[in-house]
Amino acid sequence: MVTYIIRRLIWGVVMLAIVSMITFAIFFLVPRLAGATSESLAARYVGRTATAEQVKLAAERLGFNDPLVVQYGRFAKGIVAGADYSYGPTVEHCPAPCLGYSFLSRLPVWPDLLDRVPVTGSLAIGAAIIWLIAGVATGVISALRRGSLFDRAAMSVALAGVSLPIFFTGIVSLVLFSYGRPFAITAPGGSYTPFLTNPALWAYGLILPWITLAFLYAAGYARLTRSGMLETMNEDYIRTARAKGLTERVVVVKHGLRGALTPILTIFGLDLGLLMGGAVLTESTFSLPGIGKYAIDAIVNQDLPKVMGVVLVAAFFVVLANLLVDLLYAVVDPRVRLA
Amino acid sequence: MKRRTTLGVTALGAVLALGLSACGGGGAATPGQSGAASAGGGDAAKAEFNAALTQVFNPSDKKGGIIKLANAGDWDSLDPGDTYYGYSWDFIRLYGRSLVMFKPAPGKESAQLIPDLAESLGVPSDNAKTWTYKLKQGVKFEDGTPITSKDVKYGVERSFDKEVFPDGYTYFNDTLDWPKGYKGAYKSKDANTDSAIETPDDQTIVFHLKQPYSGFDYFAQLPATIPVPKDKDTGAKYKEHVISSGPYKFDKNEIGKGFTLVRNENWDPATDPNRKALPDGYEVTTNVNADDIDNRLLSGDLHLDIAGTGAQPATLGRVLTDPNLKAGTDNPTITRLWYTSVNGNVKPLDNIECRKAVQYAADKVAYQTAYGGEFSGGQIATSLLPPGIPGHEDFNLYPPGPDNHGDIAKAKEHLTACGQPNGFETNISYRAERPKEKAAAEALQQSLAKAGIKLTLKPFPQADYFALYAGKPGYAKDNKIGLAVNGWGADWPDGYGFLQQIVDSRVIRETGGSSNVSVRDPEVDKLLDQASLETDVAKREPMWAQIDRKVMEDAFILPGIWAKSLLIRGKGLTNVYYSDAFGMYDYLNMGLQ
Repeated sequence: MVTYIIRRLIWGVVMLAIVSMITFAIFFLVPRLAGATSESLAARYVGRTATAEQVKLAAERLGFNDPLVVQYGRFAKGIVAGADYSYGPTVEHCPAPCLGYSFLSRLPVWPDLLDRVPVTGSLAIGAAIIWLIAGVATGVISALRRGSLFDRAAMSVALAGVSLPIFFTGIVSLVLFSYGRPFAITAPGGSYTPFLTNPALWAYGLILPWITLAFLYAAGYARLTRSGMLETMNEDYIRTARAKGLTERVVVVKHGLRGALTPILTIFGLDLGLLMGGAVLTESTFSLPGIGKYAIDAIVNQDLPKVMGVVLVAAFFVVLANLLVDLLYAVVDPRVRLA
Repeated sequence: MKRRTTLGVTALGAVLALGLSACGGGGAATPGQSGAASAGGGDAAKAEFNAALTQVFNPSDKKGGIIKLANAGDWDSLDPGDTYYGYSWDFIRLYGRSLVMFKPAPGKESAQLIPDLAESLGVPSDNAKTWTYKLKQGVKFEDGTPITSKDVKYGVERSFDKEVFPDGYTYFNDTLDWPKGYKGAYKSKDANTDSAIETPDDQTIVFHLKQPYSGFDYFAQLPATIPVPKDKDTGAKYKEHVISSGPYKFDKNEIGKGFTLVRNENWDPATDPNRKALPDGYEVTTNVNADDIDNRLLSGDLHLDIAGTGAQPATLGRVLTDPNLKAGTDNPTITRLWYTSVNGNVKPLDNIECRKAVQYAADKVAYQTAYGGEFSGGQIATSLLPPGIPGHEDFNLYPPGPDNHGDIAKAKEHLTACGQPNGFETNISYRAERPKEKAAAEALQQSLAKAGIKLTLKPFPQADYFALYAGKPGYAKDNKIGLAVNGWGADWPDGYGFLQQIVDSRVIRETGGSSNVSVRDPEVDKLLDQASLETDVAKREPMWAQIDRKVMEDAFILPGIWAKSLLIRGKGLTNVYYSDAFGMYDYLNMGLQ
């Protein structure tokens, strides 16, 4: 088990290194291949009408004049050993893992990202609890009452949930339940209060993003659970369980649902991992200062160190989620043995 | 709308590249809109459309409360040495005091400069080559340290370093007589900079320019003259906690998320007649969804959209069709001109008669529609200077028919006079990334075709539009770019700042990069030089109108529209009024009911 985890962790690090190289190549190498020069790249970070001298200074400061290998090496070195950065009168050390400095704000990326993890975590975990409970419960009931009115209604709603994009459901829910009309049940517009500052305000501000995000995911989980349950409940061992005289509740929950849970767990791990890397649309729609909003702002402003940082953090969460899911397989399904 | 500056190197030198501007900035009330009350008094205006354009809406001296603001993007920088956005210059006065400031008053009055940290406006000497300011006594930083002229000098010196402060303007870098090789306060620590700025005593600061410039007070209002205590300066990180010299200071500041301001107990109102300091504080959130900002403004949860560029397209339709919502908005004309350059280097437009034909044939209503129509696009322009710039005069040399849809008969007359009775062919360029410019080019293509002038559309990348294409004389001539869709805004409402970069022929470089792609008239250059040396404002302002008229007589520029924005007044705000100086609401003296 320990060997397995260590092996997976090493592969995780290799994966992150590959992701960082690909991302770096996309944002630093591809523009060069398309003809961009150090100055034309730097011109993005000094404003449209900066003087040639300002652009030249910016290219120097941002290290664009160095070969790409040197630039990537500097980035990688920062992650492992930290980096020094001049603010003018002082030079500051950015400790490892230093993901570089924003080209625009000139502040280190890593603390900024860490600062945003609780926001994205609050959103993703809260929404995940809702969609897991609602999705799985709906799927189980639909499977047990196949063809009933509930089943058909639930699956229709599920289809709508999967089909409607967040930027639509989010705005509609804001109009309906925020901005003071017609049913103001949550904070007006996007707002976020840290949990430790005020738990009630934290939940008040997040309830709408939770429900909106959960609506999208619950729909998929309901459909997945339903099909899994329908398949499992026809298995021989379910008939055996019933023949043994077990109650229907035990048959459904302990034998049926557990068997249908493996694919749900897989997809849940991936979904949660992806969301921890930033729920871009939800955070943008509700103006939540999480990793997703950070990512979209970084891309819009072409702030490359921020883009690099957010991609790495997102990849980290996906790698981590995959590992956790694989470990949980053994718990959910005793037939799986890790080695 | 971002304020940026391109400084041209001209015969008159960098000085003349100074009052210059780029995109954004001041604004003006549409002529004819009424209102008379002045800041700080007068009858409460009725809650109606444009109620805060030329008068104070909801005047009050009531103190208390927290004003909530939001910004759709991030702040460029809170550092007075590195900020170049109009809203930031407007807001910075809450925590910083520059030598001079624009008068906190509605409408045209706001374009007037008044002393802030200084006792009076600058005193010019040596034919406006030297400018002296005396600081007020008793002004302190937030920690109680008295502010001296050396703190102002240090603020300007540190802003020189464009490696540390790449976003800021270069007005002081280019105009002051810095010692050779000077690199700013950090890299040239021991340099003697008295040739540029002297501080003979703690209350006096003297600026020495390389060449005379009559408008130096406009530079003295820039945030770079806000004092910075040397021992508290942290360079690029100073923006995390700017040391206040104004009525509010930073409490919490999370770059990228927002910040809060609280009262600065060391601000003495006796030294500051310009600021009311009504609310107890400000709460600013950055990087907020732009549509969310509009909705929260309308619902009353938010008081101000700090960017001041107006409502989003999704909100416009809703607000303009609902009388109740519309009554809570203002629709000012800002100091930005969307226009088309008519290049006299490209035949047959070298003939003034052909250029005049273009002026008459243009459908101005279609041009306005291309930019979004009357409310979100702008007001049809008949000359260069927007109404909010002092010196603006109403005139229309080429009326395009009674309904502004173009006077084809008149255009054909001029085509005949030009020797092209059946019209001619040329190209029109625009920035490919800008759909409104494309629409404007298409509108001209259709309207000029009626007179027989056939235009072919030529889109070019925005980043290289001036450097390689429309703004590069050789390329434009060889590729017959007779018309180029263009735009320009002022950093502040001043004729020199608005006109120089777009009408001075000496800023045109063969290597490209100039915003002036068509105006080549030595007489215009001469008039600009005369105006830049005139220190008497009353004599200087009419000169801008004279230049405007001369360029229009040359028909080198086809004015399209003077841009407008739709601003939403936050519910519960007091002392709301539009400032020509900033092209948005004045944030200085607002309060809460």
